[in-house]
Amino acid sequence: MYPPRFKYEAPDTVEQAIELLRQGQGEAKVLAGGQSLVPMMKLRFAAPEMLIDINNIPGLAYHGADPDGTYRIGALCRHVDLEKAEDLAEQQPTMAAAAPLIADPIVRTRGTLVGSVCHADPQGDWASVMSSLGGSIVAQGPNGRRSILVADFVAGPFQNVLRPDELAIEAVVPAPVGTRAGSYLKLERRVGDYATVGVAVSLEFSGNEVARAGIGLTSVGASTINAGEAAQELVGDDLNAGAIERAADLAAQASRPRTDHRGSEAYKRHIVATFVTRILSNLRLTIQEVA
Amino acid sequence: MTSLFTKVSPEPTTDAGVRRITVSINGNQHTVDVEPRLLLAHLIRQGLDLTGTHTGCDTTHCGACTVLFDGTPVKSCTMFAVQAEGHEITTVEGLATASELHPIQESFKDEHGLQCGFCTPGMMLTAKALLDENPDPTEDEVRWALSGNLCRCTGYQNIVKSVLAAAARLRSQGATDEEEGETS
Repeated sequence: MYPPRFKYEAPDTVEQAIELLRQGQGEAKVLAGGQSLVPMMKLRFAAPEMLIDINNIPGLAYHGADPDGTYRIGALCRHVDLEKAEDLAEQQPTMAAAAPLIADPIVRTRGTLVGSVCHADPQGDWASVMSSLGGSIVAQGPNGRRSILVADFVAGPFQNVLRPDELAIEAVVPAPVGTRAGSYLKLERRVGDYATVGVAVSLEFSGNEVARAGIGLTSVGASTINAGEAAQELVGDDLNAGAIERAADLAAQASRPRTDHRGSEAYKRHIVATFVTRILSNLRLTIQEVA
Repeated sequence: MTSLFTKVSPEPTTDAGVRRITVSINGNQHTVDVEPRLLLAHLIRQGLDLTGTHTGCDTTHCGACTVLFDGTPVKSCTMFAVQAEGHEITTVEGLATASELHPIQESFKDEHGLQCGFCTPGMMLTAKALLDENPDPTEDEVRWALSGNLCRCTGYQNIVKSVLAAAARLRSQGATDEEEGETS
């Protein structure tokens, strides 16, 4: 299968890429990992006039924590870089749980976290993970940078709020207010399939008390769902059975699944509640063991 | 060895949207003129006649088109040929020498790791990348590493066996090489 013709540019700097985006006037697309964009172009769901390949721009493949704990993931950090990062489980447990579940091992060698969030597929895993962490996307345009919360960045299915002349430079997770805990669970029919349901839970503990909580839901709505109300139910409490049950119920209520070949609406809603309960109960056990 | 292909697109165009790239495939430099939309898999197969790389699903699912891109497995149906400019590509043809099969190929032969053979090139290249990084993988690690390569004959048992046998073969070869190095 051949994509339609396009003009190919491979700039060496971020500034050149932004200038090309400006020239493209909304008809240019950025090519990072290409693991969603290239298949969409082959199927002719996407037909950009210009592709701006950013793979030759040095210095965008990073991931890691600043001294204050702010975690940054550059636009060319591949899924596999995160999967193999040994300190990730300690620093970002929710991300560490999600990284090996993205697509399949070969796709993970090319695909990027930032690209996945920009793609804004309701079935994409990273957007709900980043949403649960209160993460942002940093966009750079001709007039400088701005930071956009992932919860606001994803505007709808396959839609983000980037302006035509803005490049997503990095994803940023704010410094934690306490000790991080969290996980990501994904129900898939087979390895490499899209999520039937995905649930990201990210917590920060101050002692035994939940100081901050976030829950993101994958594949159970027309876009990534941030179940803020469910997460709020956990804050200020010690992760007791009652709070877990209430959070699971509220998360299931926040989901908007549709019946399809992967399962019925009721089934998917049930899985949301089950996954929220499972993640939180496991975290509770871990905390009790440590205490 | 330098070759120049100008008609690698099935729909040759007279417009200026053609780029000249130099790609190293199995150690041979190829300079070719390509349309940017030409997929890497098609450059390899139709442009350079290296038909060992197969295109299966053409939708990034099956892994039959897997090649090594600077040593890392990638799905060559999901990259453009222009992106390979200046990079090292290894295809299945790069595994064997003129006289000898690669230990991974030997093991697939011995352990019946192929039935129809369509997925085999991708399986072997993914296995090579795994074994380069992890010479002594567990069965679980092999299964995990191969989970992006589909075998529609469902011959997974023997494929996993083949990769484990290849790992043992490569390890014992490595040990022999070391011994020989010590005595000489």
